[in-house]
Amino acid sequence: MTSAFIVGVGNTPFGIHTGRGALDLMGDAAELALADAQLSRRDIDGVLCGYATTLPHLMLSTLFCERFALCPSYAHGLQLGGATGAAMLMLASDLVKAGRCRNVLVVAGENRASGQSRDVSIQTLAQVGDAAYEVPNGASVPAYYALLASRYLYETGTTEADLADLAVLMRTHAASHPDAHLRTPITRDDVLASKTIAAPLKLLDCCPISDGAAALVVSRHQGDLPCASIRGVGQAHLHQHLTAMASVLECGAGAAAQRAFADAGLACRDIDYLAIYDSFTVTLAMLLEEIGFAERATAAQRVRNGDFRADGPLPLNTHGGLLSFGHCGVAGGMAHAVEAVRQLSGRAGQRQIDKANHAFVHADGGVMSSHVSLILSRED
Amino acid sequence: MEPLSPFAEGMTQGVIRYQRCMDCNTPQTLSRLACTLCGSVRLRWCDSKGEGAVYATTIVMRAPSQAFSALTPYTLLLVELDEGFRLMAHGTPGLAIGARVHARFAEHSGGPLIVFHPEGDDAYPLLITGDRA
Repeated sequence: MTSAFIVGVGNTPFGIHTGRGALDLMGDAAELALADAQLSRRDIDGVLCGYATTLPHLMLSTLFCERFALCPSYAHGLQLGGATGAAMLMLASDLVKAGRCRNVLVVAGENRASGQSRDVSIQTLAQVGDAAYEVPNGASVPAYYALLASRYLYETGTTEADLADLAVLMRTHAASHPDAHLRTPITRDDVLASKTIAAPLKLLDCCPISDGAAALVVSRHQGDLPCASIRGVGQAHLHQHLTAMASVLECGAGAAAQRAFADAGLACRDIDYLAIYDSFTVTLAMLLEEIGFAERATAAQRVRNGDFRADGPLPLNTHGGLLSFGHCGVAGGMAHAVEAVRQLSGRAGQRQIDKANHAFVHADGGVMSSHVSLILSRED
Repeated sequence: MEPLSPFAEGMTQGVIRYQRCMDCNTPQTLSRLACTLCGSVRLRWCDSKGEGAVYATTIVMRAPSQAFSALTPYTLLLVELDEGFRLMAHGTPGLAIGARVHARFAEHSGGPLIVFHPEGDDAYPLLITGDRA
């Protein structure tokens, strides 16, 4: 059977890159990914590019290609909110398996923190709400997730302290990654005492707004170095807006995951590394539980058991996730996949976990709206 | 720019409108082109009585725009209306999940705003006229 391999990854540090534009950051990450893949520009015949809120453009993929000096035979952009990166990897996998492309560069990045004011960022993102029913209420993305969180806590008995423990774990992991945006250690009390943004979510339950970029090369050929194959993929899209989300216990994550597991011929028990989207602490708890990596209402208990630590049985987001590595839009979700590839291929440096064979990557876009699951496998 | 929907038009008239499927009678959350249950495109707009129960709640401390900064902190709700559809709106402070509420219309920055009040709270005039369908 034809396979798709992730043969190269790259990322800029996440944080503040004053004076650097979206294309500059994308170029930095792409250059690193190409070097990592030991490929040259002329080897790249496909380019998939995530949107940038700081650089809205009708043709961002070819705008990037011109600047970065690429002339691919296949290129376009893709927009699926936070799930864009995972969706691009799924498509890149299909493109190389179908024989359409040999090497697809998947890239995204933006100067979301330094390229616009915080108020503009918050207002831009709030537009993911329904224009007639939600946005006119003065709702923000944290408010959408806070509403979700209130219902989730109500239905499961999860507490705000439980959610805080997830934020602490992500910060602990980020502390060992030199490219992470937020590396100062925090405690559960720090999270609980941080200022309320939209109750029950506090500042440290929310990811930061960062500058940064990430890139991956998906290839038909494995190359000479250890890498990761894209073993299984799945999507689910049950709603767009929070108001139309039928249940906080069944948002589509489980359905996407089941499709990916069926595609890979694997199950939860086969997975030994987790790369799970964590825009807010509640996002991470909901995804871990709905997909099946924790029993309902026990995600925090698994954190307290040490299960998700780098030296635990099921390491989770060892780069620090969106909550602490940082969130620069599409590339924020791609950083999870970049770290998964590094862990599987034994190139995570001081963060390296014991040999992992299968990683589960999950991203969601909107308000738990669009779900993409990927299963990556180690290829020596 | 999308044209004004019957829902938004209702908002300017102090009425909460929602769609119901003419084939299977399923009430619809948000505006739809087809029934979420049976797929029928025969949907009609109805007026809601504006009564229901709180499904989710938050207190917004940081508003996404200057127009709403002046209101902070404000309570946002998802309400399950008795007719069977869900709606995002404002609420009076202190409303908990499960609380029975009814809608009243307010104005903010020149636009209409739905504010849900606890059942039995008649401090403000009720602007909703009930089902006129």
